[in-house]
Amino acid sequence: MTATTTIPSAGPISGSRSFLSRVREGDEIARLITFLFAASVVLVTVLLVFELWQGSALARHKFGLHFFFTRVWDPIAEEFGALPFIYGTLMTATVSLVIAVPLGIGAAIFLAELAPARLSDALEFFIDLLAAVPSVIYGLLGVFIVVPLMRDYVQPALKNTLGFLPLFTGAAYGIGFLTAGIVLAIMVIPYIISVSREVLMSVPRDQREAALALGSTRWESTWKVVVPFARAGIMGSIFLALARALGETMAVTMVIGNTPTISASLFSPGYSIAAVIANEFTEATGALYTQALIELGLVLFLLTFLLNGVARLLIVLTSQRGSGTAHT
Amino acid sequence: MKRIAGNFLAGLALALTVAVFAHAALSITGAGATFPYPIYSKWFDEYKKKNPSIEINYASIGSGGGIKQVTEGTVDFGASDGPMNDEQLKAYQDKHGFGILHFPTVLGADVPTYNIPGVSAALNFTPEALAGIFLGKITKWNDPSIVAANKGVNLPGNDIVVVHRSEGSGTTYIWTDYLSKVSEEWKNKVGKGASVNWPVGLGGKGNEGVTGQIKNAPNSIGYVELIYAVSNNIPYGNVKNSSGVFVKADLASVSAAAAAVAKTMPDDFRVSITDPPGKTAYPIASFTWLLIPEKFSDSAKRDAIKGFVKWMLTDGQNYTEQLSYAKLPKEVVAKEEKTLAKVQ
Amino acid sequence: MSARLRWRKFVSGFMLAMTGVCALVTVSVLFFILGYLVYHGGTSINWNFFTKLPAPVGESGGGMANAIVGSAKILLLASLIGVPIGFLGAVYLAEFSGSKVAFVVRYAADLLNGVPSIVIGIFAYSLVVLPFNHFSTMAGGFALGLMMIPITLRSTEEFLLAVPRALREAAMALGASKWKTIATVIVPAAYRGILTAVLLAFARVAGETAPLLFTALGNRFWSPGWNQPTASLPVMIFTYAVAPYDDWHRQAWAAGLVLLGLILVINIIARAILARGIAVPRA
Repeated sequence: MTATTTIPSAGPISGSRSFLSRVREGDEIARLITFLFAASVVLVTVLLVFELWQGSALARHKFGLHFFFTRVWDPIAEEFGALPFIYGTLMTATVSLVIAVPLGIGAAIFLAELAPARLSDALEFFIDLLAAVPSVIYGLLGVFIVVPLMRDYVQPALKNTLGFLPLFTGAAYGIGFLTAGIVLAIMVIPYIISVSREVLMSVPRDQREAALALGSTRWESTWKVVVPFARAGIMGSIFLALARALGETMAVTMVIGNTPTISASLFSPGYSIAAVIANEFTEATGALYTQALIELGLVLFLLTFLLNGVARLLIVLTSQRGSGTAHT
Repeated sequence: MKRIAGNFLAGLALALTVAVFAHAALSITGAGATFPYPIYSKWFDEYKKKNPSIEINYASIGSGGGIKQVTEGTVDFGASDGPMNDEQLKAYQDKHGFGILHFPTVLGADVPTYNIPGVSAALNFTPEALAGIFLGKITKWNDPSIVAANKGVNLPGNDIVVVHRSEGSGTTYIWTDYLSKVSEEWKNKVGKGASVNWPVGLGGKGNEGVTGQIKNAPNSIGYVELIYAVSNNIPYGNVKNSSGVFVKADLASVSAAAAAVAKTMPDDFRVSITDPPGKTAYPIASFTWLLIPEKFSDSAKRDAIKGFVKWMLTDGQNYTEQLSYAKLPKEVVAKEEKTLAKVQ
Repeated sequence: MSARLRWRKFVSGFMLAMTGVCALVTVSVLFFILGYLVYHGGTSINWNFFTKLPAPVGESGGGMANAIVGSAKILLLASLIGVPIGFLGAVYLAEFSGSKVAFVVRYAADLLNGVPSIVIGIFAYSLVVLPFNHFSTMAGGFALGLMMIPITLRSTEEFLLAVPRALREAAMALGASKWKTIATVIVPAAYRGILTAVLLAFARVAGETAPLLFTALGNRFWSPGWNQPTASLPVMIFTYAVAPYDDWHRQAWAAGLVLLGLILVINIIARAILARGIAVPRA
């Protein structure tokens, strides 16, 4: 093993060895090869954005900004508007967050503040497993369990009690915005929990101790001191969850009803951007139809891109705060 | 240890590659209509049994998908229950430099199928009732126009849940073609096509998806190909034809619908038989077509497809009736056999 | 104790109990999903499922043998694309690159990670299906491979960077060239983490359905070679679940159980490997 090593001619740091010796030792080749692979990541990403941009050129030029405000999706008349899909995507994501955020933050608080370390780790393990369940399985469960449940019990119950609200009017199909939102909520909770738990745990001890020393109860120190300190990171976890919910395809298309409708009622069937692409892409005849779908894909991509960026920023900010000295 | 693992993985990859390349069958891919999927899947299975070296893989993605993918060239043949229109034919010609031919395979029917709690009888539907329901103007099952045609049936006052196709569908084309013929309002407001701007309703994917939706949603109504309603034991209605008779979709009434056109079939086989004349004819029936390119660069594939079509026109027709599809009229079969020679 | 204090203490206890309930609800959902799948899937799994091809529509019997093999082929291809690019790219980031290039590559990887899977499907369709005029296993593998890259890259980079400097310096002091250091010292030191990253990336894409819809399409028979459409487990689950046939529903449950079982087992193994700590290379 030692017989073939050469002793470098210059100092021990590779940067100051001569180029020739680096080549001889194979380092330049290694650097080149690994650089090519790393560059291919950038290349493929750029290519993807380029394809999305180019592939939707016709539609973008024809519809311009109107695309975002038109409700009509008519393949025969070749009139395409993104509004019903944007509405459906945002609506289901909102419903899912309304359910997932309180549950998620509550569970994260429990895991970070209350549970003994081993229980916390064990539960976190299971919650991470929940995040690994593929979307189509959620769809499967959605179709066979959630939809009948909604149709036969939950929706009629909501109608009877809260039916005066425009949110809960209309026939109880079982599928629709509410059901899709519920399925999505289950899918995004693990993200909220695991990230929030981490940021909560990174809040310095002295924050809590100071609050308790001043006479607050356990809950008050958590809710009024620790959580606000970690606020940015928790927001980050919510944005992450939102980005996931927006891009979700299979589970949504199996329970949302696949109708481009805009309705205030949660019982109404609807459509999301990802679902319409999944259903109509392989058969969009005509360049404009296909390009309109690609434009929808571009919109979705930009939305998730923005959200992911903001999310990461917020999470990083909180961790930095946590490791620094406490602010007043 | 790592070396062993590495060798194992390499060996596995090699074995898999050999295994799959060693599979010598000629593989042909087609895609399109879900309307005839039950008979096509039976046909391709039987054909493979008779010709083990030819595998015809059919992806049931909807007629719109069939037209698009065969035009893109990603599949070897397409299938659709709505014939390609002139624009689509031109697009194909422009892209490939040669044309594409339609070959009718079977006759089928769109039936109005429903799931009304407590009602298992076959309801009678007038054209006006169907148009009204799908336009969203008739919203309850006990609407007078439905009740009038169904004396003696206890129709509840529940809201009608309309189910349609979520993707581009020949079944939709047939249904909307019929509605456009019988309802001026439908023709102006919605029109006919594989993918329309539906006034109301939920979307299901494929005939399978629509059937699934109807089975699960009480008070729903949708349109599916006959065999889907039959094999899933869901009731379907009779439709009033142009002679004023309420006709149930079955082999006889569907064949009667094609009878008028059998002798005057155009050369390209693109024809609509909805709302036909004839007292016993079912009004919402249709041919369904295979879309086969005029030229093949791969002669093995061309011969395999031509061989299949020949078999389909002769032996294949014996499998149709047990799946509730009607056979092609003799005149049409003869014409198709002559047209097959055009495929090179 | 004043009344106000009593109230605050009550609220504290109550709210903390509620957080416990939240955690309980979340975890029980997981067990419920698992239990339901095991019950429904378990009763539907039989020998046919693993060995037979799908039967014609409406006929019962038939299985998903081709979907299982199809998924295996697609995942193999995906790994062959995703793992080398992710791993070698990470080596570059951790060992060779300057900070500007590193930033760009990391940013691109994060971007790729955030792309919704259906959009990856569109990309793979334009890039692989159209030029080759075929729906194919290759296109499906490409799409899933793309999704594996960012996960593998970022995790591998983290684990490589976590290897203590002392090890690197010791190797270099002994006269090893940089690439030899990487190959024989650093990578083995980080191998547990890297393996975990690969397994997690694999598990993540194993369940993906959307990108396969327009790349691998589907196949009722065996798919020969790499250039033909192929059936895959997730797509079969989707197709069967929305159809009206009860026999198909049963098969969908069985497939769901098999798929989820595979993914969970991989996840558990990966985490177990990681939990045993970063290995120090044997002398």
